[in-house]
Amino acid sequence: MTDIATYNFAYLDEQTKRMIRRAILKGIAIPGYQVPFASREMPMPYGWGTGGVQVTASIIGPDDVLKVIDQGADDTTNAVSIRAFFKKVANVAVTTETAKATIIQTRHRIPEHPLNADQVLVFQVPIPEPLRFLEPRETETRKMHALEEYGLMHVKLYEDIARHGRIATTYAYPVKVEGRYVMDPSPTPKFDNPKMHRSPALQLFGAGREKRIYAVPPFTDVVSLDFEDHPFEVQTFDQPCALCGAGNVYLDEVILDDHGGHMFVCSDTDHCEKRRADGHHGHLAPETHLALEAKEPAE
Amino acid sequence: MDIATQSIDGGFTEPVFDAQTVFRAIMDAMARPGTVQDLPQIARPPAPLSATAGAVALALCDNDTPIWLDPPLQADASVKAWLGFHTGAPLANTPADAHFALIANPREMAALDGFAQGTQEYPDRSTTLILLVDDLASGPSLLLEGPGIEKTSMIAPPGMPRHFVEQWKQNNQRFPRGVDIILAAPGSLACLPRTTRIKSMEA
Repeated sequence: MTDIATYNFAYLDEQTKRMIRRAILKGIAIPGYQVPFASREMPMPYGWGTGGVQVTASIIGPDDVLKVIDQGADDTTNAVSIRAFFKKVANVAVTTETAKATIIQTRHRIPEHPLNADQVLVFQVPIPEPLRFLEPRETETRKMHALEEYGLMHVKLYEDIARHGRIATTYAYPVKVEGRYVMDPSPTPKFDNPKMHRSPALQLFGAGREKRIYAVPPFTDVVSLDFEDHPFEVQTFDQPCALCGAGNVYLDEVILDDHGGHMFVCSDTDHCEKRRADGHHGHLAPETHLALEAKEPAE
Repeated sequence: MDIATQSIDGGFTEPVFDAQTVFRAIMDAMARPGTVQDLPQIARPPAPLSATAGAVALALCDNDTPIWLDPPLQADASVKAWLGFHTGAPLANTPADAHFALIANPREMAALDGFAQGTQEYPDRSTTLILLVDDLASGPSLLLEGPGIEKTSMIAPPGMPRHFVEQWKQNNQRFPRGVDIILAAPGSLACLPRTTRIKSMEA
């Protein structure tokens, strides 16, 4: 603990934590409602997950195990730096394994591995107001939420259909929480929306620049908005992960060369690595290497 | 022991980690209504404030949050001095001004709708009630359902306010406005957020 003596545990001062903790409790009590909070300057720029970091800093304790992902990956800049931040200021254990984490801070994905009741998922949110691009005035959007007046959102989805023949929104797909508040699930692909529905894990959302915290308690209805004749659908992929062969997961396109070569791989790196360790492999997996490595110890 | 000494003793010994422990218990209880979260005795407030309720107040209250005390607590100078010293929270003049309300005698408490309910635009501006109860299992059973509860859950705090089930139904109907309740029992706590519905009550 000596190496963190110059900071308060988890960086934030205690009064800030209390303020954020009170906001979290209100958020849980009013699922989907955006609770205003006095967001602080953090030692990283807005847009890098300051909202999620403040939520995590307010709930984390010395016994927690933290996982941080950015677009599903544990090894990208945002994930690495936030993980290092909490290692330094809170001295907590960190992991990349979904199943071992007690707190998972995420930017734009929900892990493929099912979450359990002992886990808290903390989302980093850039624009918490789902109606913001339809109505720029906060006074108006607040009134629309108060009056449960969400016609504008349905008009937006309808215009998608009129223009493209289908609902063209693919990420930050609006959801209705417990039949009341329309909520922005943060810019996760709509592929992940069904995972929010009646999840056994508590889901907390922090928007640092916009100064809002909201929450979805466990076992809460989260329904993606749609129409009877244009029901909500998630993305599907016509091929499995090129490295681990997994189907029914969200894939990222990776460019391989400048001749149009590309492959689709799991966006969830932990999930992909786990599957490969278990012996699954896709058509572009370096099989020969794996086979050699597997043989070596025996020799 | 004089009031000055009483008011200084009995706070968190590890303010940072104790507050986090208490908050996580409250957060888990609020996210999973009806579950009983164990809480070791980590605050020693003067009676009639209980250790659990005192710990909840220390974890959540500060100079931003006016507290309302029910008459038994209001009558006790040492409780007021202790809360004032450890939290710095001002006392609310009326229940409607309070961010938190500490209720030592829930049976005789004022009606739920007398507390701050929030507004339709800002439903978070409501009072969180901290009710001191003897335990969470010996009273009339409350069958709960709603967000945070997979199917149903059960809790049975004794000495709840008069016509509680009816009052709570009205609290549900005010959603998204309404009050939330933290039930502070010796060694444990449970929560009833405004979304929780009480299905039926056995005699």
